[in-house]
Amino acid sequence: MTVQLSKSEMQHGIAKRVALELAGPCIVNLGIGIPTLVAEYMTEDNIYLHTENGLLGVTDVADEAIDPNLVNAGKLPVGEAVGASFFNSSDSFAMIRGGHVDVAILGALQVDETGVIANWAVPGKNIMGVGGAMDLLVGAKKVFVTMSHTSKDGSSKLLKECTYPITSTRQVDMIFTELAVFKVNAGQLELVDLMPGATIEEVREKTEAAFTE
Amino acid sequence: MSKIQQDITQALECIKSGDTVLVGGFGLIGAPLTLIEGLTERDVTDLTIVSNNLGESGKGLGILLNQNKIKKGIGSYFTSNRDVGDKYQNGEIELELLPQGTLAESLRAGGAGLGGYYTTTGVGTDLAIGKEEREIDGIHYILEKAIRADVALIRAHKADTLGNLVYYKTARNFNPLMATAAKTVIVEVDEIVEAGELDPEEVVTPFIYIDTIVKAQQVLTKEGVVAV
Repeated sequence: MTVQLSKSEMQHGIAKRVALELAGPCIVNLGIGIPTLVAEYMTEDNIYLHTENGLLGVTDVADEAIDPNLVNAGKLPVGEAVGASFFNSSDSFAMIRGGHVDVAILGALQVDETGVIANWAVPGKNIMGVGGAMDLLVGAKKVFVTMSHTSKDGSSKLLKECTYPITSTRQVDMIFTELAVFKVNAGQLELVDLMPGATIEEVREKTEAAFTE
Repeated sequence: MSKIQQDITQALECIKSGDTVLVGGFGLIGAPLTLIEGLTERDVTDLTIVSNNLGESGKGLGILLNQNKIKKGIGSYFTSNRDVGDKYQNGEIELELLPQGTLAESLRAGGAGLGGYYTTTGVGTDLAIGKEEREIDGIHYILEKAIRADVALIRAHKADTLGNLVYYKTARNFNPLMATAAKTVIVEVDEIVEAGELDPEEVVTPFIYIDTIVKAQQVLTKEGVVAV
């Protein structure tokens, strides 16, 4: 990219682009990190946010209204929308596994060229947390992935094959990075959009996975 | 006999070394902080703790962890307490990681008298290793076993004197499930009211599951955990 973006600008840019793909009415589950930011850019009416710790109808919350017992899956304070409901963890995952959540937006460490992702463990490091990622991948009608295009060392996170343990055999539907947007069609990545400032040459250079243009 | 117990130590008398204990909460939210503190003062070891997280560093179950009273942790997200990684690295604790929905459903199944259930979650991943796989109507599932325990420590918002419970916002999480899945269930609450004061339509956990009720002495506030 010719213009160097800060990490925050990059993350917000990705979140803003993802929001364009959300059309109501739908139920959306947001993961931790960039996915949480998507809520700031949703303009469509009739989008309800689900959080796996037990709330359907998540909104943002003003500082003075923060309640320590009202949080999202990232344990950040949230508010409750008109029409919200609370439920236990088993009911929450019944909604997810049972196919009642329309879109899950997740972060990922790696994506392979068929759209399979790895986002819960790094070999050689302690396997310490999986949370709801595996449930969301098997259950959500659509899965969108957000991540930086490359690792800190510059290597591509869109790989021929994941080298980290996969989260599910299910292929995701769309992938959003600071450089490009891909759709997964029949197990193949298709470049559908370049992000502002990105060039096709840069995307080719920084993407190990095969993709169609 | 009244289920209400004033003395926390007395309430926790039933917990023995080697027991499996369910502990409610999603991090510190909805965690029975008073009962956890009481447990840190009991001379018990080799506990198997089933909880989404093992608290935070030096807080909640994190204190019990640092006292080396936990032999094994079963949960879905230990990352929230960095001490868990260090203990695991040093071979001081066993861990069993489950997807969050599987943890919840295994507790539900345990409380409902089932042996286990088939789920699509985790199929084809490292968390399916060693688990029976089965195809039902063309879909692949793995077998997950139910979870049952000796004791459950949970948190609710209000109890009536019989033990009917209502919860508060996202502090509900695993608590109603754990209430069903242990031989002895101890609940801590913000408020105890007379039987009849809770609307039967609003009761989330019926009293059949509850053995002992204590009043919370530690609560989570915007400023952190404080004594009340």
